[in-house]
Amino acid sequence: MSEQVAETVAKPIGEQVKDMILHHVTNGWDWQLPGYKVMLDHELWKFELGGMEINLSITRHVVMMLIAAGLLLLMGFSVRRKIALIPKGFASFIESFVLFIRDEIAHPTLGHSVASSYTPFLCTTFFFILTCNLLGLIPYGSTATGNISVTAGLAFAAFLSIQAAGMKKMGVFGYFKHLVPHGVPLWLSPVMVIVELMGVFAKPFALCVRLFANMVAGHVVILSLIGLVFVLGYAIAPITVGFGVFMYMLEIFVAFLQAYIFTMLTSLFIGMLVAESH
Amino acid sequence: MGLTHLAAGIGAGLAVIGGAYGIGRIAESAMQGTARQPSASGDIRTSMIIAAALIEGVTLFAEVVCILMAVK
Repeated sequence: MSEQVAETVAKPIGEQVKDMILHHVTNGWDWQLPGYKVMLDHELWKFELGGMEINLSITRHVVMMLIAAGLLLLMGFSVRRKIALIPKGFASFIESFVLFIRDEIAHPTLGHSVASSYTPFLCTTFFFILTCNLLGLIPYGSTATGNISVTAGLAFAAFLSIQAAGMKKMGVFGYFKHLVPHGVPLWLSPVMVIVELMGVFAKPFALCVRLFANMVAGHVVILSLIGLVFVLGYAIAPITVGFGVFMYMLEIFVAFLQAYIFTMLTSLFIGMLVAESH
Repeated sequence: MGLTHLAAGIGAGLAVIGGAYGIGRIAESAMQGTARQPSASGDIRTSMIIAAALIEGVTLFAEVVCILMAVK
């Protein structure tokens, strides 16, 4: 952070703090590591398509996602080798998460007959979001899930799996027929189709914005508290740093909570379509 | 700094009031439910977290709009 302040010394201190916060929560091609700054190539995959400039070069958040994916692959293979009736150590730790997802999320929302077939997808979602959230909390990291494009991608995956689950259960025609609930008068059905279609798209949109806003909000609050030290003077440091540590602990909780909520709601939306009627 | 910033600040505060009221009501009902039926505490907690997350999501929509107003 001190390097950042030195770069923009001409601006007033409030503006510098604002720039620092915005730089931290947004995406970019520079990545501050201990000691030196990595400049990622921002012309790696840049091309024009129909007059629109598309830049698919690797950014900070993409690097963090690749690290998360690598860690998860490592975790998966190392735990897979130690599979046992009574796992020990790290495998036991991971198993408790997987069991929680299967028994507390998938079974109650999806029904007992199909829960096992959706557990792998739910576990993938949960562990990827959790790893991305936690990687953003270690120093020099940046939160990939604090980028609306990343959360939109995750929500799109959830959207596809929800629709696919519904079509698998009811058939393609049955799926579109369920957009008009039973017992609705014929003249009301066009309105119902529009309302139901809005519901179909609002669900993943809410998933996307919830995760994004939660991750950004926590980081902005922590950095604002740290920024207060530079705005109001060093005497206030013990109070703001204390609050900052408290917020950091809260953020660790939120990282787990948001991964749980995203998985839970995805499972719930799938369950609305596939669960056996009571 | 102008009316936009004022509006963003007031909007953020109003959104927090609404969200806090909603989540407070949920927590109140969940605690009453748990006190009356302690054996159902697990189910009640799950439903409470889901409902709180839905309300939180709507509140965060408003907060994001306010942030966009203040930043842009």
